[in-house]
Amino acid sequence: MSETRGSSGGLMGWVDERFPATKMWNEHIGQYYAPKNFNFWYYFGSLALVVLVIQILSGIWLTMNYQPSADRAFESVEYIMRDVDWGWLIRYIHTTGASAFFVVVYLHMARALLYGSYQKPRELLWVFGVLIYLALMAEAFFGYMLPWGQMSFWGAQVIISLFGAIPVIGDQLALWIRGDYVISEITLNRFFALHVIGLPLVIIGLVVAHILALHEVGSNNPDGVEIKKNKDANGNPKDGIPFHPYYTVKDTFGLIVFLIFFSIVLFYMPEFFGLFIEAPNFEPANPQVTPDHIAPVWYFTPHYAMLRAIPDSFGGVVVMGAAVMILFFLPWLDRGRVRSIRYRGLSFKIALMLFFLSFVVLGYLGLQPATGLYTMLARIFTAIYFGFFVFIWVYTYFGLERTKPVPERVTMP
Amino acid sequence: MNQDGADKSRRRFLTAATGVVGGVGAAFLAVPFLSYWQPSARAQAAGAPVEVDISQLEPGQLVNVKWRGNPVWVFKRSDDNLSDLEKLDGLMRDPESNQPQQPPYAQNKHRSIKPEIMIMVGLCTHLGCSPLFRPDERPPGIERDWHGGFFCPCHGSYFDLAGRVYSGVPAPLNLEVPPYHFIDDNTVLIGEDEGDA
Repeated sequence: MSETRGSSGGLMGWVDERFPATKMWNEHIGQYYAPKNFNFWYYFGSLALVVLVIQILSGIWLTMNYQPSADRAFESVEYIMRDVDWGWLIRYIHTTGASAFFVVVYLHMARALLYGSYQKPRELLWVFGVLIYLALMAEAFFGYMLPWGQMSFWGAQVIISLFGAIPVIGDQLALWIRGDYVISEITLNRFFALHVIGLPLVIIGLVVAHILALHEVGSNNPDGVEIKKNKDANGNPKDGIPFHPYYTVKDTFGLIVFLIFFSIVLFYMPEFFGLFIEAPNFEPANPQVTPDHIAPVWYFTPHYAMLRAIPDSFGGVVVMGAAVMILFFLPWLDRGRVRSIRYRGLSFKIALMLFFLSFVVLGYLGLQPATGLYTMLARIFTAIYFGFFVFIWVYTYFGLERTKPVPERVTMP
Repeated sequence: MNQDGADKSRRRFLTAATGVVGGVGAAFLAVPFLSYWQPSARAQAAGAPVEVDISQLEPGQLVNVKWRGNPVWVFKRSDDNLSDLEKLDGLMRDPESNQPQQPPYAQNKHRSIKPEIMIMVGLCTHLGCSPLFRPDERPPGIERDWHGGFFCPCHGSYFDLAGRVYSGVPAPLNLEVPPYHFIDDNTVLIGEDEGDA
């Protein structure tokens, strides 16, 4: 490769004079210096990128046989499953990929919280990330409607009703979103358009912005140390190593492990105990009959639990929306100078663990029926979820944090 | 490029004017793109009023008709049902139907034009699930006075036989009463007030 990297000679030289291929390669891969102390948590960014590719590819293939009409949507999915060669595989790749996307993204976000990757100067990087998360939620919601099963229909009914709960404009807004007085083929068609082209374009654009922002400011690391402060004679960070080959190889290892888990789910438990594909969705949508128990897919259950915890429609919507929106403000709520949990105060460690716990517990509660004890627990853990953000502001703004000394250079295990 | 002698203010004016005109154009162009999402003429036609024959309806019987794709319940109440309604007033969030969940002609004790004929949209006011009809049997999870009504399995909301919501449940409002009127004693037109064309 090395002889083709220069700006002169050979095919690459010819290309490079006309298109910055080598320049881009070097900037983002070949000479992108990443901290040398990346650990397990740093697999999930590149894995998210791989899952995006998996979803786009399998999605395009599904579109070849799917019919977005109320009469034929459900049937066409069954047709893909039964009559199309390998159709079951393509569909299960897509359904498993959807859940895998959220697994990977949630772990990726947890990493950012653990190591303070949202702090200055990475605020915009974090904001792009939260935007991707929002777009991904919309993408998943639209996609879940397409099989036109009972849960597709009633899930959409519940979510669109959320907009109806907004005072004054709510009813008109819900009508505008549905394009009909009830969820119908009209709604299905527009969700199809948004799912297969609208949001994927938005997500790809945001991912590009996310990566460009990352490479502009440089990667954070488990120590939260700024590696650009210590450079060698060539101007490269002493604690940095080129992304290629070091991290391309590491990430390939992570990818193989990930694909093993992915395949186990894909081939042996594609419904994943009713969590990835819910039982009522094996029945065609019936607007006249509500399933006994409506639960969203697992990745939305924390938000769903918060929604139900509030005994008021609009209040519930506000709380649920705030649970996502508050993430945008995290870089400015956390005034701490120390990034990594390794060197932060004990109270921060406890608060962050409680925050993770609240998210998991709310996720469990969102799957359960909304009855007495569960509702009470959902209220408590909703308070803990938001309490984290209040805590982190008070804790850092008033200088209550007792941090440990942060090393000058990254540490290796 | 040589900028000598360039009239900068003229240039700024032209840039600003182009920006403003283009912005106005973009704003106008947004109208068709947004209106495109509104219910089409066909969807509106499908939302036309429906006629229901109630001559065969027995007390205690509920028929489910479809209006604008939503379930609408036409339910005939017995005299007992009607007298039970008042006993429940204290348990209701909005016993007097003060919230605008019904046309003015249905804002009364029984939330209907004719006391025995109840007509309402069968969608929970919480998040739009369709509640289950429980005329006698007590649904799970309710410990209060129960004289028949509706139970929403999605998030556990309860309504009485006039569609009034119990207090302390997720649903904030009574069930919606659609506009309707009687064409004659045995025929009701759902989806239109009396006198509307």
